Amino acid sequence: MDRIAEIFHRCRRGNRRALVIFTVAGFPSFPACEEALEKAVSAGADIIELGVPFSDPMADGPVIADAGRRAIEAGCTLPGVLELAERFRKRHPETGIILFSYMNVMFHYGLEALCAELQRIGVDGILAVDLPLEEREELAAPCRAHGLHLIALLAPTTPPERAARILESASGFAYFVCVRGVTGVREGVESLLPEELRRIRSLSPVPVVAGFGIGSGRTASAVAAEADGVVVGSAFVGAQESGDPEALVSELARSIRAPKTEC
Amino acid sequence: MKFDRHFGIYGGQYVAETLMPALTELESAYREAASDPAFQREYAGLLRDYVGRETPLYFARRLSEYCRGAKIYLKREDLNHTGAHKINNALGQALLARRMGKKRLIAETGAGMHGVATATVAALFGMECDVYMGAVDVARQAPNVERMHALGARVVSVTDGGATLKDAMNEAIRVWTARCDDTFYVIGTAAGPYPYPGIVRDFQSVIGREARQQILEHEGRLPREVIACVGGGSNAIGIFAGFENDPDVKLSGVEAGGAGIATGRHAASINGGRIGILHGAKTYLLQDENGQVIDTYSVSAGLDYPGVGPEHCFLADCHRAVYHVADDEEAVAAFDLLAHLEGIIPALESSHAVAYAVKCAAEYSPEENIIVNLSGRGDKDMDNIRTYKESRKNGSNC
Repeated sequence: MDRIAEIFHRCRRGNRRALVIFTVAGFPSFPACEEALEKAVSAGADIIELGVPFSDPMADGPVIADAGRRAIEAGCTLPGVLELAERFRKRHPETGIILFSYMNVMFHYGLEALCAELQRIGVDGILAVDLPLEEREELAAPCRAHGLHLIALLAPTTPPERAARILESASGFAYFVCVRGVTGVREGVESLLPEELRRIRSLSPVPVVAGFGIGSGRTASAVAAEADGVVVGSAFVGAQESGDPEALVSELARSIRAPKTEC
Repeated sequence: MKFDRHFGIYGGQYVAETLMPALTELESAYREAASDPAFQREYAGLLRDYVGRETPLYFARRLSEYCRGAKIYLKREDLNHTGAHKINNALGQALLARRMGKKRLIAETGAGMHGVATATVAALFGMECDVYMGAVDVARQAPNVERMHALGARVVSVTDGGATLKDAMNEAIRVWTARCDDTFYVIGTAAGPYPYPGIVRDFQSVIGREARQQILEHEGRLPREVIACVGGGSNAIGIFAGFENDPDVKLSGVEAGGAGIATGRHAASINGGRIGILHGAKTYLLQDENGQVIDTYSVSAGLDYPGVGPEHCFLADCHRAVYHVADDEEAVAAFDLLAHLEGIIPALESSHAVAYAVKCAAEYSPEENIIVNLSGRGDKDMDNIRTYKESRKNGSNC
């Protein structure tokens, strides 16, 4: 069983959901970022999404966009992120690592070379924000060749027949974007989802995680009732800046430990 | 004309999944509209009665004499309502938006001409309109900001990144992602994700169709060369479309050389960029050694864009079109020349095309002709020209 499947299997056995933590790699600096990731892992993160900052983050809200800009200014590059991933992998052989990026930065590095390097390091997969089904094969082919999952994205706007086509090629896990719009914490995310999430989960050959807009234990708990995992990004990045990332991850981990069933 | 997802390896739909259904809806609505005679009739009627088409193809006699070569014809897109070719496309897309039941238009703008055109058609159709504009451009194109306000649009100043056209486009895409159900994104240039480049090309192709017919009426022969400035490339792709099946007609795009390609401060994506992905399309892109998009520079706000329409990338690779560079100094000199010799004040964008035309005209005989797409008028640029000349004067004094 590969690492991602193993993680979801372990979570199911423990009657909990997987906790996926996103951060902008290299924010605010590589050492500070690695320290925050250590706290996230010790507080219960199962999978880490390493966001590669891009100059034009058109799918991101202000928190992640600003963190990305500052990481770039501090000298963050894709090769630097790969070095971080390699160090992290050596310390944490069981934690999932997903590289999260816009296409241009990866394309510039070379998709084949990147996938070969990710395989060597032990990264589990790639999530490309701006790579819908129509363009997927360009990256899916090198991912397949190097045993990497290319994470499929679904949105609230995705019609059912399209969702079915996307899920056919899903690998590792599928990522359901909870909100119409860019990344960032929102109130009341949970009221939008249950039906669509339930439908997608019933169609999916792989576990489904939900993300975008989730920033508190309360929201995470509500979303966790319908998903195999939750993704928290902006709130974690915000906590890195001015807060307590460890306390946040602990709260999130607790909140999805025993997902609420309807009472 | 091709209407495919890709132009060779360029173009495509590199957007978040959230936007894909909106692009699919747009594609099918456009395909229906394109083959609906009633839609085409209404569009053509408004182009005639509201925009003021057709625009003249004007023989610039004194400019031609000055250049001692080919007869130079100017396709007078500056004479359109709102003062540039942008209205051709904004009008078409607004009609499409109305057909799709959208009540709100958003647009990005650089020089402000596309913003003004979109605000204009929004007023015409009674639609809400928000225009996203980089803060730098808000400052250097103040008259156009006033025009948009006068037309009832809201101008949103974008301070991200270099605060110019690409940043305005990022913000417009974010806003569209959140509200794609009731909002129509009117993209102003022949870039962005499929189906936009083809839609913009089709709505701008009226320029090329008219120009081809007009030159045959005037001269009884086709031009040797058709010249247009290229930022994203909408006016260029529009005039090129009329001549794409005339293999003897050279198609020449002119990119913004800014302070000079060697300085790195320019906006010449094809001449100075590498293949990359921005705003939903694979394109020649100005980027650094880490794949980060770099801030471009040109005296002309409308050409200040790090990517270029995917069809231009394709035409460049297969050598059907050739892309040249004119720098700030050459563009400003051409601006002066056209104003003094012909009494026409061109937009700084269009001045880049004039600058190249002045050089290439001499390669032809007086029996031959070339066409320059004069994409817009220069009233909006008077402050920029003055500032530019003052800074040059001060610079050379020290």
